[in-house]
Amino acid sequence: MSFINAKNIWKSYGDNIILENVNFTMEAGEFCALVGPSGCGKTTFLRMLLGVEEPTRGKLLFEGGDYPNEPSDDRGIVFQRYSTLNHLNVIDNVVIGLEFEKSKFFGKLFGNEKKKAYEKADEILEAVGLKDSRSKYPHELSGGMKQRLSIAQSLVKKPKLLLLDEPFGALDPGISQDMHELLLSIHSKLNFGVVMVTHDISEAFKLGTRVLVFDKVKVDKDYPNRYGSTIVNDIDSSKERKIEK
Amino acid sequence: MKRLINQVPSKTTNLFLGLLPFLLIVIVYVMSSNERLKINPNDKLLPSIEKSINSMSKMAFEKSKRSGEYILLNDTIASLKRLAMGVTISAIIALFIGIAIGTVPFVTSTISPLIWFFSLIPTMAMLPILFIVFGLGEVSKVVLIVLGVAPIMTREIYQRVKEIPSEQIIKVQTLGANTWQIITRVITPQILPRLIDVTRLTLGTAWIFLISAEAIAATEGLGYRIFLVRRYLAMDVILPYVLWITILAFLIDFILRQFNKRLFPWFGKE
Repeated sequence: MSFINAKNIWKSYGDNIILENVNFTMEAGEFCALVGPSGCGKTTFLRMLLGVEEPTRGKLLFEGGDYPNEPSDDRGIVFQRYSTLNHLNVIDNVVIGLEFEKSKFFGKLFGNEKKKAYEKADEILEAVGLKDSRSKYPHELSGGMKQRLSIAQSLVKKPKLLLLDEPFGALDPGISQDMHELLLSIHSKLNFGVVMVTHDISEAFKLGTRVLVFDKVKVDKDYPNRYGSTIVNDIDSSKERKIEK
Repeated sequence: MKRLINQVPSKTTNLFLGLLPFLLIVIVYVMSSNERLKINPNDKLLPSIEKSINSMSKMAFEKSKRSGEYILLNDTIASLKRLAMGVTISAIIALFIGIAIGTVPFVTSTISPLIWFFSLIPTMAMLPILFIVFGLGEVSKVVLIVLGVAPIMTREIYQRVKEIPSEQIIKVQTLGANTWQIITRVITPQILPRLIDVTRLTLGTAWIFLISAEAIAATEGLGYRIFLVRRYLAMDVILPYVLWITILAFLIDFILRQFNKRLFPWFGKE
C-alpha cells in the first residue's frame, strides 16, 4: 500500500485540459518537489492532494483508501501568502490548531489543558525560530517569519503530509536559504511526506528526495489547451540532497 | 519646479488650507446676513450669529416654559436613543446573517435573494405601513432605521466575509477546524472591526431615516424640532441644529474609529 497513489488522472475545466494521464506513487517520508513551466498544472495537482479539487477522471488514493474530498488535519498546507490569522498573535496562531482539536464547541482551551497547549506551541515556535516573536501579530512579522509561522501552525497538527505551494517564492534569496535549512532539518527529524510546488529548479533539487517535472507532451499551437500536462520526468534526487548537506 | 502632483503642503499649510473654505463660508454668511439685516432688521432667512447663539442658548440652557425640560438635551437624547437602537439592531442582524450567508452556501442560496429584494425596496415607501402596523411611537421609527440600514449592512458584511482570503479558510481546515469553529474563531473576530467600519459608513443613511421619521410623527427629537420651527422660518434655530447634528455625526464616527483602533490593533494591516 502506497501513501499516495494517483492512477491515470485527468483534470479539465470545460474544454481546457489541464492535466492528462498523471500517474504517481509516493511513499511516506518522501519529499517530492514539483517543477514545470507556469500554468502546467502543478498547483492544480497540489490542490487535488489538498482535497479542494477533484480529478475529472482517474483515481486518487490516500493510504490505499478513497482520497478525502475536503481539507483535513492529516494534510497540512503552506501557501505563498495569507496562511496566517491576522487577528491572533504568533503563539495563538499555533495554539488554535490544538484548540480546534480539543474544544469542538468553544474552540478555546482553559486551565491545565490550555497551559499544556501553550507549552507545546512554544516548543514548536522554538523549533522554527519564532520564540522571540511569540506575542507579535502577523502584520509585524517579515515575509520569512510569516512563512515560519505558517509552517509552525501545520507542524503542531503532526500532519502525515505537508503541502507547500511556492512557499518561498515571495522571499529574498538569503531568507529562502534559511527557510531551506529549516525545512530540511524539520523533515529529517519528523519524516513526514512533503509535496512542494516551486518554480526554482535548484530549490527543488536541494530540498526534494524526488523531483517531478510537469510539462506538456504534445502541443497544439492553435489551441494550447487541447493537451494537458503530465509528469514527464521523475528524478531521484536523494543523493544530490545528501551531498549538499 | 516640481510637478503639481509632487508638491505636498507642509503641516501648517495643510491645516490652513483645510480651514480656509470654512472660514470663507463664515465670512460670506456674515456679510450677506449683515446686508440683509441692514435692509430689514427682522429678516429671518440669514439671522445674525449673535441671534442664533441667543436662540440656541435658550434651547440648551433654559428650561422650557411649557414642559420644564432642556429642549436641546431632550431632543438630542431622544434622537440618539432611536439612532442607537436602530443601528445596533441592524448591526446585530447584519453580523449574524452576513456571516451565515458569507460562509455556508446553503444559507446563501436560501437567504441572499431575500436580502437583495429587501435592499431594493425604497424604505421611505414602507413608512406608512410601519405607522399603521407599529403606531406612531418609538417602534416604527426604530424599525424604519432597521429596514433602511440592515439590508445594506448585511450585504456589506457578506462582501467582507467573502474578502477573507480562501487560503486562510483552507489553512484552518487543515488545522482541523469544523464549520462552527471557523465561524466563531476565524471569521467573526475578523469581521467585528469591519462591522464597525460598515456601521460608520451607514450612519449617514441611518440619520436620513431618523430625521424623516421624526419630521413626520414625533413629539421630540432633533428632526422633529427643525421641522417644527420651520413653520416660523426660525433659521436661527434650524441652522445651529443642523450644525449640532453634524457635530454629533462627526463625534460618533470619531468614537467608533478610536474604538476600532484600540480594540483591534491588527485591523487594516497586513
